[in-house]
Amino acid sequence: MRYAMAIDTKKCVGCGDCVVACQTENNVPHGYCRDWIVESVDGTYPSLSLEFRSERCNHCDNAPCVRCCPTGASHIEEGGIVAVTHDKCIGCGACIQSCPYDARYSHPEGYVDKCTFCLHRVQKGQSPACVDVCPTRCLHFGNLDDPNSDVSLAIKDRKWKVLAPEAGTKPQLYFLT
Amino acid sequence: MKEELFVSGRNIPNIDPYLNIWHWQIPLYLFLGGLAAGILFFAGFYVVRGKEKQMQATVKWAPIIAPIALVLGLFALFLDLKHKLFFWQLYTTVRLESPMSWGAWTLMIISPLSFIWVASYMKELVPGWNWKFNFLERFEAWVIKNREYFAWAMMIYAIILGVYTGILLSAFNARPLWNTSILGPLFLVSGFSTGLATIIWISKDEKERKKLSRIDLILIVIELFLIVHLFMGFKAGSQTAIEAANLFLGGPFTVSFWVFVVILGLIFPAVLEVLELRGFHVPKWLPPVMILVGGLMFRFIMVEAGQITRYLY
Repeated sequence: MRYAMAIDTKKCVGCGDCVVACQTENNVPHGYCRDWIVESVDGTYPSLSLEFRSERCNHCDNAPCVRCCPTGASHIEEGGIVAVTHDKCIGCGACIQSCPYDARYSHPEGYVDKCTFCLHRVQKGQSPACVDVCPTRCLHFGNLDDPNSDVSLAIKDRKWKVLAPEAGTKPQLYFLT
Repeated sequence: MKEELFVSGRNIPNIDPYLNIWHWQIPLYLFLGGLAAGILFFAGFYVVRGKEKQMQATVKWAPIIAPIALVLGLFALFLDLKHKLFFWQLYTTVRLESPMSWGAWTLMIISPLSFIWVASYMKELVPGWNWKFNFLERFEAWVIKNREYFAWAMMIYAIILGVYTGILLSAFNARPLWNTSILGPLFLVSGFSTGLATIIWISKDEKERKKLSRIDLILIVIELFLIVHLFMGFKAGSQTAIEAANLFLGGPFTVSFWVFVVILGLIFPAVLEVLELRGFHVPKWLPPVMILVGGLMFRFIMVEAGQITRYLY
């Protein structure tokens, strides 16, 4: 099993619902967020192109944050989801340094926190909160190993890119372009 | 032209707009670790070479600083942890893929070694010292009998500690300034140089000082050579590496790095050491202090600048 997410940048309008849904669902402390939206403008006027990307942890196949963790607090859960065991985390910050996507932060209580693909919901057969709430249905979540899953179908006939593939992390967020 | 903005209002403390999660504690620890590694290596080295008598300060006096530096360094590391009460989790597992894990274990070995080393010389350092307990006296006698083995262990662990201070940073692929394998040897040589500087500072024996100054000069030349290679590597690298180098070649760290680290911390003290070896009178404390301040600056700059560098997408 390999959980992954596809983000349709042509459909995303940058409303920020996914960010608020995540903060509410996961009790993210005020001033922090596990997902965020980047507005990317390319070119010079009048030939401009605009892209919205809803970004979060890439749940990399070759996760540098898991490799560098000195206690094993950062680990891989079922389906390749990268998670942190709070009571094992010493808050050294190594994983924050190691992430090319700046997807981790230091929780005010000391441990490191990040997107979990809403593991607690996924285990019950639900989708992550950000996916469920998206008003344009631009987020697709599922099992890449299943050719009929939402995410497999989403990337099947579309062009897509991943962020910083040269970092060698094998990221699992697919941005449909 | 490309412009990227967070439109969802992301402004996470210590991460946005640029990463700044490691503050003064880490570079201070890297400095103290390298310093202790240098002192312990040369103490072990001259015992193995059988030069205990000629190198009194190196073998007996300077090592007193090593355990103090290691304890202060460990305390700085502890202060850096944000989930402090769980620090013991470091010692519940060995994770070979994580430099920080094997660094923690290295410290667990070399710190007691440095204490034992100093303790085994207590009777020579403090006349009339006695250990009060019989088993301590027996342990001391055993250590003195096997001192050469301790010296070997200390040399090996000093090299591991010295390299580790660099590898801790170079293992982070996401920070292009750090992600170069030259950082290991560079921090090792720089740490040994600061260790030597400390010994030179406290030694009162003219012959010993001259001998150590010659070694220190070689280390400084190697260090300059490695710094040149560091930047050659960056300039010949990818865009992320070029931007990392540009922080030092016209960017915000240009003056602090080239003036305080390279000129005042390496070239100037090297020139003074050469003058001293040629018989000119140079204040005894000046070259070591410059090397020590340069080494400390170097680590502060590398840690601060490295966190700014990142992948571009």
